[in-house]
Amino acid sequence: MATQAFEDIVEDFEFLDDWEDRYRYVIEKGKEMEPLDPALRVPATKVEGCASQVWLHPTIEAGTFRFDGASDAMIVSGLIAVLRALYNGVPVDEVPKVDAPAELSRLDLHEHLSAQRSNGLSAMVERIRSVAAQAA
Amino acid sequence: MSYDVEKIRGDFPILSREVNGKPLVYLDNGASAQKPQAVIDAVTRAYSYEYSNVHRGLHHLSNLATEKYEGVRGTIARFLGAADPDEIVMNSGTTEGINMVAYGWAMPRLEAGDEIVLSVMEHHANIVPWHFLRERQGVVLKWVDVDADGALDPQAVIDAIGLRTKMIAITQLSNVLGTVVDVKTITDAARARGVAVLVDGSQAAVHMPVNVDEIGADFYVITGHKLYGPSGSGAIHVRKERLAEMRPFMGGGDMIREVSKDEVIYNDPPMKFEAGTPGIVQQIGLGVALEYMMDLGMNNIARHEAAISTYAQQRLTGLNWLNLQGQAPGKAAIFSFTIQGAAHAHDISTILDKKGVAVRAGHHCAGPLMDHLGVAATCRASFGLYNTEAEVDVLIDALELAHDLFA
Repeated sequence: MATQAFEDIVEDFEFLDDWEDRYRYVIEKGKEMEPLDPALRVPATKVEGCASQVWLHPTIEAGTFRFDGASDAMIVSGLIAVLRALYNGVPVDEVPKVDAPAELSRLDLHEHLSAQRSNGLSAMVERIRSVAAQAA
Repeated sequence: MSYDVEKIRGDFPILSREVNGKPLVYLDNGASAQKPQAVIDAVTRAYSYEYSNVHRGLHHLSNLATEKYEGVRGTIARFLGAADPDEIVMNSGTTEGINMVAYGWAMPRLEAGDEIVLSVMEHHANIVPWHFLRERQGVVLKWVDVDADGALDPQAVIDAIGLRTKMIAITQLSNVLGTVVDVKTITDAARARGVAVLVDGSQAAVHMPVNVDEIGADFYVITGHKLYGPSGSGAIHVRKERLAEMRPFMGGGDMIREVSKDEVIYNDPPMKFEAGTPGIVQQIGLGVALEYMMDLGMNNIARHEAAISTYAQQRLTGLNWLNLQGQAPGKAAIFSFTIQGAAHAHDISTILDKKGVAVRAGHHCAGPLMDHLGVAATCRASFGLYNTEAEVDVLIDALELAHDLFA
């Protein structure tokens, strides 16, 4: 069981049969995401290894992990929204235990993402894990 | 002779495959072209029955491979309209060709403050070797802009020639905008002022008839993998005088006649510039690819692509949410675009890919041009000799879906 927010997405996906609807859903998630403060779009928050530009800004409060993020690409913004559902609100010491590839494969999304995009995804997960590991 | 595009498509096995459950619509020819069966067969035959190292042995296979390999020099000369095959240096493609000129010809000649004139729409392969000279010996790079349509006025390039200008390095056809450059006018003016010209023909030689003797450039580079030939094949045409002036870029077998502890005697050009065991089979494949193109006729290919270009231009300009980059008159069938709104070039190409349409998304190895256009990245649909109007329609449908998804 992942977070409730992520389980909700998995449930929504079960009703989406074709890839167009799944993309539409993910893109919509990205659009709904609150925008990242432009002041936080700095080299320190930028994630290298993504085909498009990606910024992640993690915060840890009272032992709980969460992050905000943004991308200049819409599909990647959607993926950030999905990752936020997966990670936000998780106790910081449990962040490394989240098996992101396995959870995301439940969405059947990974095969629809190009290698470059997948690399971006793993770069994002890598960043999240390293921030959590440093804080823990 | 009529141009039977369906028959031609049958010559390219990969075009009958599907991608993501859809028939492949391959519009990434600007990056690399697909190969006809004749080329694939030539590569297989060479490795199966005719392979050995070249220029070395006296045995049957070595002679056979040498004969085949050397025969390609003549084919390339014929393809480029070069009178003398000895002016053709075979190599792995444009990048090697331009680096050879930078290291072998320009580096020993250009001093701090000397200038090289470039257009803003050069490919990184025709920029970075010149940056080496800037970084290492203070050579100045002078950039010439394109106009709002993406056209390049040859006079602007000529006007950029100053007292310290030693060289012009310019593309004949932009890999991003499809702009065709009047390189002959530039070359005529440059020669009158004693300025050497390198023409990057990586794209031009694919889409239009080229005659290097007529253009009169000192160096003309081509790359085999864009010419429907194997990756790692290519050539540069170098005028005799420049060949005589150029020092070898790489040392090793094939480029030497004698080596002792104290001395090296080089082979005569063009061998002097082909160090090591060359891409024997790649070049043999390239020879077959060029024969294939010449059999179709470069004028016929150009005519076919011009029709596709006109049709694509008309369909793409019909999409009022699409920003087309480059509308130079007479441009080739290469279209760069972005979609208005937030969609990134990678977003668009991802959706096109789901529809079986292969395009390039990114900066197209043309950083200065992206800066000039004020965009971070574009999608590029680049057409080739086997593309059809029906494929333009598939592209348009896929773009409409992308627009709908990202709107």
